[in-house]
Amino acid sequence: MKKFGELMIEKLLLVSSAMAIVVILLIFLFLFKEALPLLTPDNWSRLLSTNWYPNAANPEFGLLPLLLSSLLITFGAIAIAVPVGIATAIYLAEIAHPKIREILKPAIEILAGIPSVVLGFFALVAIVPWVRTYFELNTGLTALTGSLILAVMALPTIVTVAEDAISSVPDRYKAASLSLGATHWQTIVRAIVPAALSGITAGIMLGIGRAIGETMAVMMVTGNAAVIPDSFLVPVRTMTATIAAEMGEVPRGSNHYHALFVVGLVLFAITFTINLIADTVRRRLQEVE
Amino acid sequence: MGFSPKTTEKIAFMLLRLAVLFIVVILLTIIGYLVKNGLSIISWEFITSMPRRGMTAGGIWPAILGTVYLVSGTIAVALPLGVMAAIYLTEYAGDNFFTRLVRLAVVNLAGVPSIVFGLFGLGFFVIMLGFGASILAGSLTLAIMVLPIIITTTEEALKNVPAAYRQASLALGATKWQTIWRIVLPQALPGIMTGSILGISRAAGETAPILFTAAAFFLPRLPGSIFDQVMALPYHLYIMATQVPGADPTIAYGTALTLMAIVLGLNFTAVLIRLRFRKKTV
Repeated sequence: MKKFGELMIEKLLLVSSAMAIVVILLIFLFLFKEALPLLTPDNWSRLLSTNWYPNAANPEFGLLPLLLSSLLITFGAIAIAVPVGIATAIYLAEIAHPKIREILKPAIEILAGIPSVVLGFFALVAIVPWVRTYFELNTGLTALTGSLILAVMALPTIVTVAEDAISSVPDRYKAASLSLGATHWQTIVRAIVPAALSGITAGIMLGIGRAIGETMAVMMVTGNAAVIPDSFLVPVRTMTATIAAEMGEVPRGSNHYHALFVVGLVLFAITFTINLIADTVRRRLQEVE
Repeated sequence: MGFSPKTTEKIAFMLLRLAVLFIVVILLTIIGYLVKNGLSIISWEFITSMPRRGMTAGGIWPAILGTVYLVSGTIAVALPLGVMAAIYLTEYAGDNFFTRLVRLAVVNLAGVPSIVFGLFGLGFFVIMLGFGASILAGSLTLAIMVLPIIITTTEEALKNVPAAYRQASLALGATKWQTIWRIVLPQALPGIMTGSILGISRAAGETAPILFTAAAFFLPRLPGSIFDQVMALPYHLYIMATQVPGADPTIAYGTALTLMAIVLGLNFTAVLIRLRFRKKTV
């Protein structure tokens, strides 16, 4: 028979682990509760408008410009980070000398550790002026600038997860391919990478999640113009930056306040879905092993 | 393709090396740029004095102290909770619906955007629980954010303790909790420390979760209780870079460098602990 004390401890530990579920539910419920007043049918047209005019006499809270800005910047970041990230992952897992790997892996962790506000500051003082003069624009605060710094942030996630996946491909795949006379590169392209594809996909998904949820750096360098973007060289305003920039000034309980929670809810739903997909893909990989 | 397989391989490998070089150059450029521009202002006085003349001059002491307060509160909440959750998951829980749900929650919590934590902290801690914008509300918000890091790393550390240790202890008549407390936890300590340090460094560098829950633009006095607002390093950097026209630009560089040094110093310590630990067990 278990002692009473032991049982109490077990229950306490159980409650602690249940906290993770409680917290995620609470987050969802709170976002939903604060978003709800604006989710009534007579407000649909305001949320689906193509304008984000929260301070107009007849305010419009069109989510589309914010959503498209977020997607545009994320797309640009991923277009840079995926090729560089996967190439680096392949290099680390397949080609790098163990000693070089021992140095490079912590270096990538260091890149992952730099706070987003520091990267945002760097982008502001170093990348923004460059973009302005290189593309001969009036301002360097553009979607492109955001994409560039977001790529730097998404890179470590993609490299780490993809490298894990490539390293865990069974050695016999490689051995079989090499013994058939394939070169190392042919083996990588035709045997190793296909076998690691679900892990690489998970890495890309997590990179997308990281990019779309990033706030500070994006707010500092993208110019904060809440309009539907038509190119990479215009200022934009992401969902995250909108919340961060406007929540400090809105009166609690106003429509604008609730609108920012709607934006938060949409953001939460997007990242939740992305994480769920990444996790499912990753788990499938583990089952195959 | 016109190239032979060997030539293709050479070209491909060169491109891979180029990608790695690209990342290394980016990392060195960022660090080098901030060191070059920020180092000149770093001094004992900059670190330990208050901002002056509407923050256009002076030091960053209240921001450093505020970050220390926030991070201490964060870890005081997240460490016990995270470690207990991880103990339950590795030592007690079976593979059932509940544990799968917990794991799913942890994975998803790790992916929640930092600004969403800020929104939640505002709605729940600041407004509903009535903590106001304060060290308490900010620490609790950050604690939720770092919880997945601590749970995941602690779980990893506990799993690495050989089963034979547990069996030996149980065979000697120790109870399950005695075994965990006296045998398993001490063995897993380096791993748990690594996780805590990574959690601390993440909390120290985040801005978005404390925007509406704790951070103040400027405070003439240092905070006196956990219900006070605080200045914080990452938020201070944000406002120095974007909201204070006419400020000495080196202040922002110095703030960025200080913040980066703290965060990277913590990460580096975590890496060192892990390396030393790995060598011992192998």
